[in-house]
Amino acid sequence: MNAVISVSNPLLRITDLRVDFGSHTALRDVSFDLFAGETLGLVGESGSGKSTLARAILRLVRSSHGSVVWRGRDLLSCDSRELRALRRDLQIVFQDPLASLNPRMTVGEAIAEPLCIFEGALNARERTGRVAAMLERVGLTAHMISRFPHEFSGGQCQRIGIARAMILSPKLLVCDEPVSSLDVSIQGQIVNLLLDLQRDVGTAMIFISHNLAVVRHLSHRILVMYAGRLVEIAPRDALFAAPIHPYSRALLAAVPSPTPVSRTVQASAAPVEASSSQPVTTGCAFRGRCAYAVAVCAITIPPLEEMTPGHWAACHRGRELPASGLGTFRGC
Amino acid sequence: MTPLLSIEEVSVSFSQHKRSIAAVRQVSLAVAARECVGIVGESGSGKTQVFMAVMGLLAANARADGSVRFEGHDILATAPEHLNRVRGSKLTMIFQDPMTSLTPHLKIGTQLAEVLVCHAGKSWSEARIAARRMLERVRVPEPIRRLNQYPHELSGGLRQRVMIGMSLLCDPMLVIADEPTTALDVTVQAQIIELLRAMREEVGTALVLISHDLAVVAGLADRILVMYAGRIVESATAVELFRHAQHPYTAELLKCIPSLSSPRLERLPTLAGQPPQPGDSLPGCMFAPRCSRAAERCRVERPLLAPTVGIARHVACHYPLPP
Amino acid sequence: MSGLFDDAARRLRSNPGALCAMFIILSMVALTLIGPWFNPNGGEALDWSHVASQPALQSAHWFGTDRLGRDLFARTLQGTRVSLAVGLVASAVSLLVGIGYGGVAGYVGGRTDHVMMRIIEILSGLPLIFFVIFLTVIFGRNEYLLFLSIGAVGWLTMARIVRGQTLSIRQREFIEAAVASGAGTARIIAKHVIPNVIGPVIVYATLTVPQIIMFESFLSFLGLGIQEPRASLGTLIAEGAGEMEAAPWILLVPGGFLAVLLLCLNIFGDGLRDALDVKER
Repeated sequence: MNAVISVSNPLLRITDLRVDFGSHTALRDVSFDLFAGETLGLVGESGSGKSTLARAILRLVRSSHGSVVWRGRDLLSCDSRELRALRRDLQIVFQDPLASLNPRMTVGEAIAEPLCIFEGALNARERTGRVAAMLERVGLTAHMISRFPHEFSGGQCQRIGIARAMILSPKLLVCDEPVSSLDVSIQGQIVNLLLDLQRDVGTAMIFISHNLAVVRHLSHRILVMYAGRLVEIAPRDALFAAPIHPYSRALLAAVPSPTPVSRTVQASAAPVEASSSQPVTTGCAFRGRCAYAVAVCAITIPPLEEMTPGHWAACHRGRELPASGLGTFRGC
Repeated sequence: MTPLLSIEEVSVSFSQHKRSIAAVRQVSLAVAARECVGIVGESGSGKTQVFMAVMGLLAANARADGSVRFEGHDILATAPEHLNRVRGSKLTMIFQDPMTSLTPHLKIGTQLAEVLVCHAGKSWSEARIAARRMLERVRVPEPIRRLNQYPHELSGGLRQRVMIGMSLLCDPMLVIADEPTTALDVTVQAQIIELLRAMREEVGTALVLISHDLAVVAGLADRILVMYAGRIVESATAVELFRHAQHPYTAELLKCIPSLSSPRLERLPTLAGQPPQPGDSLPGCMFAPRCSRAAERCRVERPLLAPTVGIARHVACHYPLPP
Repeated sequence: MSGLFDDAARRLRSNPGALCAMFIILSMVALTLIGPWFNPNGGEALDWSHVASQPALQSAHWFGTDRLGRDLFARTLQGTRVSLAVGLVASAVSLLVGIGYGGVAGYVGGRTDHVMMRIIEILSGLPLIFFVIFLTVIFGRNEYLLFLSIGAVGWLTMARIVRGQTLSIRQREFIEAAVASGAGTARIIAKHVIPNVIGPVIVYATLTVPQIIMFESFLSFLGLGIQEPRASLGTLIAEGAGEMEAAPWILLVPGGFLAVLLLCLNIFGDGLRDALDVKER
């Protein structure tokens, strides 16, 4: 967790990234840097574009604008041969562990796949050895190598997915809600495993989750997304101590606390919820649910500005709002 | 006083490939009128299947034994047509995904009114007015417009509000909510919990809240039952349970919940091992393989749900955590 | 891959109905191949001393003879052989064409898929029976033409099935995972798409065989298929239908063979589907 982060040269620099699915824009004006060894937490509600961003970075979906510069090379303008070679260092762990494994492939074949692709010189025995070692490393046993994914529980499948992603020691690991579909008692195991592997290998990580409490444990910086845009970028402690964007505040306030005492403290929130398919075309997308919205919020889109050093937020009133993280908010 | 719902020795098993897989094993519990009971457990703990058996909604290859009494009538033995009269009016259920329980091609208003026409014998015009009032009560903005919309035109949170409204239409005695907020975003989840709380205060129905998330149940339930591998392992009032869990599983589970109020840690607390798979069976305590307190006795003798201190406090453990 | 078939074989073995059907099919195939060796009567020899004689094990003609005195046992075996051959060959044609066409349409997608699917729709809009009659009229009656025309139409559904399967597999997350791992298109098709598509396709192919046999019999019954003196089960049934009142066995023997064959093929296909279906686990 205390890896030295080089500030000069980002490992990954994303500029003005935009993704359109037909007429629907899933992601727009997304820019941020990721440094070697760093963990970025990415939070937001479903449909906010978190997973799309993960896939756009790895060029698994087509971006319509912007650049994803990986160690000086724009991934979006690579030809497919070059891109495939670069994938060695860019890996992903998916949300649904079972769905991300080919049901017709044994666990050993699945984990060995990156080896087959990038280290063709290995013979079958060396490959099996590497796979068995990796299985042990992620907390499974080597004799499971010839079993099929459906014979494993969700947590075990996720370990297999992590083994596949980490076997080549990538420089960037994107985790798309890796623990959301797992039981609480298993989530900690998986997060700790990711942290251990990251410490061993020095991988940078983008960790997507809707669970702020999980993100808090492993991120250096946190990005908050809303309606396809980044609305806040902040160092972890700054975000939890003093969130700026009203949406970040709402997110923090809404995390249920595992104690029955808090029931009297929770404010009763008035429901103002837009229909699922109501696009906001001008101004700030959050204004309909924002207690602080003023006239300008309906007219111009707030740019992402540096409010305090290292703490960016996209809110017209970011500098004037009360400092507390638990301001009243309307909306869902 | 007889409880509103009493479940005695209910077991549910599924037959698969000629094997019988036990999902629920001899569960007994009772829900009093106006009470809110939280059922907490991980996936595969059988928490949903108990209440699917209560509602008569088990899958075709499932078998339920035991007795379920609702207002004194045994409903496991009731013929389906009688059950239908109880189910949907006096005893209703809210599901995790409202999209699957709302009919996609019928307008919200029609679906709500239909419940009243079928169960309360109202005319369609009366029913539509009542449906509109109900949408107002569950704080759906612009209720008149919503009545003419289809389910897919509403957001997830609004759909869940509609489902809650629908479950309350016939003034039920008991509402069973199965993971009502799991499919929703955090901010929406907070609102739905708030709505359920308000509804309970206004209407006074009993509520069974099934969830994998102790934090969700914490804010609502009077009493919490913790299930593991098809059995209830601990039962206590919410305050007691959070103050002092006696079953090692509950205690570990509480520790595992990531929370914003606890200090940030280098490593997350974990519960070792894998949750039991459906059909797994051990002679002793099902939690023993993952339990740090397990002794030889735990592996050979099954602990029964035994009362401990206080009236409403039960724990199925040979060596419960001392206070 | 090997795991898929091992597993399927294990599940198939535990299905007595399908095993039984498979055994009967294999016995019939064996009978059509080696049966003539044990039967002194050729299928085309006319025995004027036994015209339309009844089936009897003691006589020279076990299943009796038809009204020209030809041995019905030999004729039925020959007919079964032809019917099976038509079914297998036409299914194989439709399987190959269907996998190629459907696989390309499904994997490439986009405009290519659009155009290829429209072509299929146009082709399947043509009534099959008129298509066959049309070909027969132009090229004359010919067994190979029959294979070709049935296969040419049979692949349409196969291509649709393969395309649908490929499309749905393409959207599965493990394909995305493979792309993210750096796998190229060839590897993805070979290792990820085909193993997941092949199960339903094999099943469909198994169920296509009886359909085609049925269709061939239908065409032959109408006089559009196999030509005298060659016989298929369809022509034999057509012949028998004419003598139904006087000599019912001429209809019943080939009819029984056809019924048993179709029943067994269908049961076996169903068993195979259950065995290959992963969803059930």
